[in-house]
Amino acid sequence: MISATDIDLRLGAVDVLSGAQLCTRPGKVVGLIGPNGSGKSSLLRCLYGMLRPDRGAVLIGDDRIESLTQRLIARAVGVVTQDAAADGIGITVGEFVLLGRHVHRGDHQGFTSDDHRITLEALELVNMAGFAERNLQELSGGERQRVMIARCVAQRSPVMLLDEPTNHLDVRYQHEVLTLVRSLEMDTILVLHDLNLASRYCHHLVLLDQGKVVHQGLPGDVLRSDVLEPVYGIEVRRLADGRHSYLAFGPPGP
Amino acid sequence: MSTRSEAAPGDRARTAHRVGWRWSRRPILVGLAILTVVSVVVAIGLGPVGVTAPTVLSIIGHYTIGVPEVADWARTDDAIIWEVRLPRVLLGAIVGAALGVVGTTLQALVRNPLAEPYIIGVSAGASAGAATAILFGVGSWLGGESVSIMAFLGALGALALVLTLARSTGRITPSRMIVAGVAVGYLLSAVTSLLILIADNTEGARAVVFWLLGSLANADWSTLPIGYLGMGAGMVLVFWWRRRLDLLALGDETALASGVDPERTRLVLVVVVALCVGFAVSLSGGIGFVGLAAPHIARRIVGPIHRHLVPASAALGAIILIWADVAARMALQPRELPIGVVTGVLGAPVLVALVRKLPYNN
Repeated sequence: MISATDIDLRLGAVDVLSGAQLCTRPGKVVGLIGPNGSGKSSLLRCLYGMLRPDRGAVLIGDDRIESLTQRLIARAVGVVTQDAAADGIGITVGEFVLLGRHVHRGDHQGFTSDDHRITLEALELVNMAGFAERNLQELSGGERQRVMIARCVAQRSPVMLLDEPTNHLDVRYQHEVLTLVRSLEMDTILVLHDLNLASRYCHHLVLLDQGKVVHQGLPGDVLRSDVLEPVYGIEVRRLADGRHSYLAFGPPGP
Repeated sequence: MSTRSEAAPGDRARTAHRVGWRWSRRPILVGLAILTVVSVVVAIGLGPVGVTAPTVLSIIGHYTIGVPEVADWARTDDAIIWEVRLPRVLLGAIVGAALGVVGTTLQALVRNPLAEPYIIGVSAGASAGAATAILFGVGSWLGGESVSIMAFLGALGALALVLTLARSTGRITPSRMIVAGVAVGYLLSAVTSLLILIADNTEGARAVVFWLLGSLANADWSTLPIGYLGMGAGMVLVFWWRRRLDLLALGDETALASGVDPERTRLVLVVVVALCVGFAVSLSGGIGFVGLAAPHIARRIVGPIHRHLVPASAALGAIILIWADVAARMALQPRELPIGVVTGVLGAPVLVALVRKLPYNN
């Protein structure tokens, strides 16, 4: 359980967040949405100690985040990171996921057979067990994203944070990755740009605008044209094809 | 059909004992350790006066464990081995190992395969310190080791300057550290050149240049323990934090998400490796290339995981430097070449060949 209340954050001369709040829900996916620059990623980064808010409290369980070491934070909050894709020359998928176990071992301790078992289970869960010995950089975008999630799963932190995990993925992989995220039933916070994906895969949505939470609730309550139009500044229409309803933006095309 | 082999999920890994940890690196590491010891023994015997390996071992045994008790070898051999070559080769081993480990550490810290021990500007500081001692006799009250001590003080000064500059804008990031290190390096190299010009002392200038290019000729038993203690402690700490290096090499965000504070870890490690470089340069001058080549060769042999990479870099650094020194003292005998010349001439083609094969362009 992690919660942030009354978060103010200034970066340079810019007020990125003012009075933002957010909390996880047990076993549910909370979607964090909002226009570019609304502070979604910054708010997420406050939740695992990457950014320190100027005001307000981030609570992990009952502890304020400032009172915890980075290792204790990581034991409680897992983050699906994106930077390892660029670096990490030559590291294999298995080695990468195994490193998620670092939070449970001292610097001097080796990994145990338990760590190897948990790693393998995490890879199986994301359906990547056959790739354990492949080079991380050889994977396609969708495969890599599943491995990033596996590292977080192997870490066994009850909370999982994801920042735009569907970036650069084609439609099929977008759905595949988000189906996986939802099926894990962890306390998840998910930053998403695509409102239709948010509508489909999140249990609860939080809409940010200019560093403030302007609306939150069930997807159907948040993804309404009267809520979205003032925030995004574009016409929003709701369409339905019988099975799903989805959002269309801007005036109807020619 | 896809041209890429689609590994069937699970079948290989499920039977694998340890996930993705490749096959054991232990035989390779043991092999490298043996090769290091063999290099030490053989290299001690090599030089303008050759001494056979059994005699070398007898002399070492005689002085260390008292076996054999009676010396049945020439007195000159005794002096050459025990007083000159053993300390020299042992210094080469520890300096080479330290440079290898420092290079590996820095390449992970700044996530740049071109990082090497001298990129953080510390060696330029050591050189400037040594130059003041050689040219102007500064610190002569420190006694016979004044050049080494001044070099070490120079290294500490440079480190302080680099950290101040890298921190002046808040956080220490990899790129800030490189820029600060390179800037301080240029500045202090210029200071050294200026000192040489001002001193107008041909003999001193030669001594400084020779010192800048590195040499193990000044090795002796009195300074060796300090070097082993200082550099050994640094290498132990780096190995202790081997997994933090794995994580930092992957990125600050991944490190943070895995419970490692990237900035604090980087700061501590930079200070540790800078001290190692300070010791290395004070005792043997500026020996280039070992710290760049050893990590790359090691990575080719044992892969990128620091649990294997750190010891392998240490062993390879030691081996390279020991043999570079053998070449330095035998190539133009009785004259001795600076080691930096040997490591540069031999190392450059090796490095180019290695890098051409690496998948850095992915």
